[in-house]
Amino acid sequence: MLAWTIYLSFAGALIEAFLPKGRAGLARGFALVVAVAGLVIAAAGFAANAGHPRLTIVDVPWVPTMGIRYTLAADGINLVLVLLTGLAAVAGVLFSWNIELRTNEFFAFFLALIGGVYGVFLSYDLFLLFVFYEVAIVPKYFLIAIWGSTRREYAAMKLALYSFVGSAMVLIGLLAAYATAGSHSTGLVQLAQANLPAHFQMWAFPLVFIGFGILAGMWPLHTWAPTGHVAAPTAASMVLAGVIMKLGAYGCLRVAMGLFPHGMDPWGFSFLGIGSWRDVFAILAVIGIVYGALVALVQSDFKFVIGYSSVSHMGFVLLGLMTLNQVGVTGAVLQMFSHGILAGLLFAIVGRVVYDRTHTRQLDELERMHLSRRLPLAAAAFVITGMASMGLPGFSGFVAELQVLAGAWHSNPWWTAVAGVGIVVGVAYTWRALQKAFFTDVRPTAEDHPKTGWHDLDPITWPEVTAFTLLCATSLAVGLYPRVLLDAIEPAVKSFLAGGGQ
Amino acid sequence: MSYYAQLFFATLPETVLEIAALIVLVVDLGFLRNSELKVRALSASLLGVLGCAVALWSQSWSLSKGVWSFGIADTNSVLLANIDSAGAAQAGILVLTALTLLLLIDSRFTRHVGEFVAVVLMSAAGGLLIAGAQDLLIIFLGLELLSLGLYILTAFAKQSGRSAESAMKYYLFGGMSAAFLLFGFSYLYGVTGSTNLQQVMQAIHHSNGPSFDPLLLVSMVMIAAGLGFKVAAVPFHLWAPDTYEGAPAPGAAFIASVSKVASFALLISIGVAGAHSLEAWNSPHEGFSGPWTVVLTVMSLASMLFGNLAALAQISVRRLLAYSAIAHAGYILIALAYFKIDAGAPYESAGYYQGATAVLYYILSYGLTTIGAFGVVGVVERATGSDRMDAFLGLRKRSPLLAVVLLVLFLSLAGIPPLVGFWAKFNLFAIVLGAGAGRIPFALVALAVMLSAVSLYYYLQVLKRAFVMPVVDDPAGRAEKIRVHPVTIFVLIAIAAAVVVTGCFPTLLQNWIAGFYLKL
Repeated sequence: MLAWTIYLSFAGALIEAFLPKGRAGLARGFALVVAVAGLVIAAAGFAANAGHPRLTIVDVPWVPTMGIRYTLAADGINLVLVLLTGLAAVAGVLFSWNIELRTNEFFAFFLALIGGVYGVFLSYDLFLLFVFYEVAIVPKYFLIAIWGSTRREYAAMKLALYSFVGSAMVLIGLLAAYATAGSHSTGLVQLAQANLPAHFQMWAFPLVFIGFGILAGMWPLHTWAPTGHVAAPTAASMVLAGVIMKLGAYGCLRVAMGLFPHGMDPWGFSFLGIGSWRDVFAILAVIGIVYGALVALVQSDFKFVIGYSSVSHMGFVLLGLMTLNQVGVTGAVLQMFSHGILAGLLFAIVGRVVYDRTHTRQLDELERMHLSRRLPLAAAAFVITGMASMGLPGFSGFVAELQVLAGAWHSNPWWTAVAGVGIVVGVAYTWRALQKAFFTDVRPTAEDHPKTGWHDLDPITWPEVTAFTLLCATSLAVGLYPRVLLDAIEPAVKSFLAGGGQ
Repeated sequence: MSYYAQLFFATLPETVLEIAALIVLVVDLGFLRNSELKVRALSASLLGVLGCAVALWSQSWSLSKGVWSFGIADTNSVLLANIDSAGAAQAGILVLTALTLLLLIDSRFTRHVGEFVAVVLMSAAGGLLIAGAQDLLIIFLGLELLSLGLYILTAFAKQSGRSAESAMKYYLFGGMSAAFLLFGFSYLYGVTGSTNLQQVMQAIHHSNGPSFDPLLLVSMVMIAAGLGFKVAAVPFHLWAPDTYEGAPAPGAAFIASVSKVASFALLISIGVAGAHSLEAWNSPHEGFSGPWTVVLTVMSLASMLFGNLAALAQISVRRLLAYSAIAHAGYILIALAYFKIDAGAPYESAGYYQGATAVLYYILSYGLTTIGAFGVVGVVERATGSDRMDAFLGLRKRSPLLAVVLLVLFLSLAGIPPLVGFWAKFNLFAIVLGAGAGRIPFALVALAVMLSAVSLYYYLQVLKRAFVMPVVDDPAGRAEKIRVHPVTIFVLIAIAAAVVVTGCFPTLLQNWIAGFYLKL
């Protein structure tokens, strides 16, 4: 049944493309129906299969001569990410309710993107996974280039090329693994069991990890992320930060670590304390955490703050993966979910709630607008989301980052120590943005005419409130009762780590 | 069966095409002389398509009757064999020719449509001949038949100076490369004493151990130069951008697709039969198995790099397609250099089957996509008078269907799944990397994959104009709709649909090609 998330989204995209032009309401309503249907299926699939061993959904031959199969399957990790995709899709549609330009095309690209993402999260054949992975690149380009803002064509091209270079690296790894394993199968399970030689894994692992890592915002290949997020329309940046970056992290986990576990073995020598690819990527992740946070601290554009905070938060995911222990990897998966929800919310507030009304994202301009009084709902929403994002207990971010840090401590206490600095800086930049954008202490001058025009900002609409409530409630629920997801993630991670891969 | 009957049956598709060409001429010049151009274009194209269809049918008939080969009985040498990879290539040539002719219906670059169609058909007959030829002389004959037609097609837009210029360049380069090829053939004959590919192969295989005749090396290089010209591989590519730019759109489509298919089919058979069995080194070194491999490797490396990088700088879409064609030729040459065959019994080995299938798959899907691309370029050119990228501005508004077709075709050329271009690349590279490949083929494949990431940039440049960028100034009423001939748009949509469907179900095309392998 989960497979229908993919089919529905693609069918929805196709139908959207043929909807009559100029009927924006119809296009929106239809997109919402498709997204909600996807979410319902994802949630039902999650509820039915969480905690169970891997469920094979479809498994039919696709290209028999080359051993390529159309295999869709899901274990706890996939289920959580599919659920996240469903939530992000619904929220994305709701936060795009005000798109008037080429509405049906917008939702066609959006649903195609969502379909590709569902496909990646459900594929259990490396070739198929790669196909879906690339299918998701093209709609991203058009979403940003057509409906974006600041330097959109540059940002869209940069994003497309970064993605495509990353996927080219993955493709090289895929071809090499396929040939080395004897050209029999591209199934993830079969390739993992093929006993690929250790020296092969030693170079294939970094290649594929970096290939996927580009999309996960791994420092220093993260530079597409802030520009891309900033330029993207709200729904696209929600999906970009919320789900697309998770595609990269998921690929690192499922493909790079799953197929080439010996690539993380020690090299046999160490240089400056770095003795394996695992150390290299963990250190890059830690640098990403601190660097992203520090850069976010000095941004003057509200959206760039969130963009760099994404880089920082995705660093936790990569760090968690590189701990290679139960707690750390579980934390990484949980962080993927949590960041998917919270980054989506943050981008929605900045892009849709604030920018679409004030038409500026410059913090010092927002400072003079007294938004806490003019848009009290938005201010409240950002306070809640910002708290969640900086890791306040009770929200999902806290549970996830705590687990990552605990896992990292087991592997190397230094990683935890430095990443901890990132959390502190995280509090600082969130606080700074919050204060500058909403709770300014700049006194209104006579020129500002504080009393006039306060109500010229459009009121907050019902789609925004609905989407905000949905995402916020999810984050809160996971934060208060993380077992909901952990029951699914933990067994899957356990068998993943124990099986030396799949 | 008598000698001539055998010859007739083996060359049945070629004969049908020639007859169709004559019928087109007679009908056009004899009966429709005073008719409108529209009617003449329609009748000439449809007659040509009919000829292709009959040729296709006759090919399958001769295959089913087992009269697909022609040889000299007393020396037991086959001169022409229309099976295996050749059969698939021939059928592909016929289909692609028919598509080119259908795109002609709408063209207004000449009043002599009958002649144009006749030349296309005759050229295609040359293509059919070289795809199946097993003898150096027949190869050369077919190649000249094909090339002469192409020169004429390039020059066909008589009002256009660019057309004449490019035809002259094409002709001069072509004549030179034919001379190279003939020179190489003559050395090959001198060393082995035969013009028959099978016998050449056996002579090389038996007479040589680790040492080999330096004359053979010379002939390899010469042959590679001659054929490198046909497939537009660097450094023999100079004609391609000019020809693609100057030739009338259907002519350019024909050059870019049919001529490429025929030339690569020829490269498969020459590669297998002649040069591949030359084991210069006793044990393959890093994947190199002989001088032929080295020559092709150098050409493919240069083509991939130069083609992709030069395409980045183009502002004319036709030139962009030309440079991308050079890059694509580079990808295919990797496979031609490294597919593994058993030197003793080349046609029976699985490596030959897989390699030839992968190459054919690539070139056929590429040919199909390119015809579509030129079809779109042709329509846009007629509407705006230019093939510059800016002529594509606002195409989404002016003709949404055309824009979607362009999107599908260009993304397929860039190798984005699930379109056929991606599958063709994957298949090709997977075959090259098959177990036991050395480091050099791997490095080539890695480079090719990275360069296809580069190629996305220039394809997106065109798509960006079609979909994203607004029409800034609108002097010539650019935003008005483009009127597309119903047949043209139907053909283009059919091509785009085929690109999507064969991409999603790659086995369709694969099985179709495999159906021609009678021996396996």
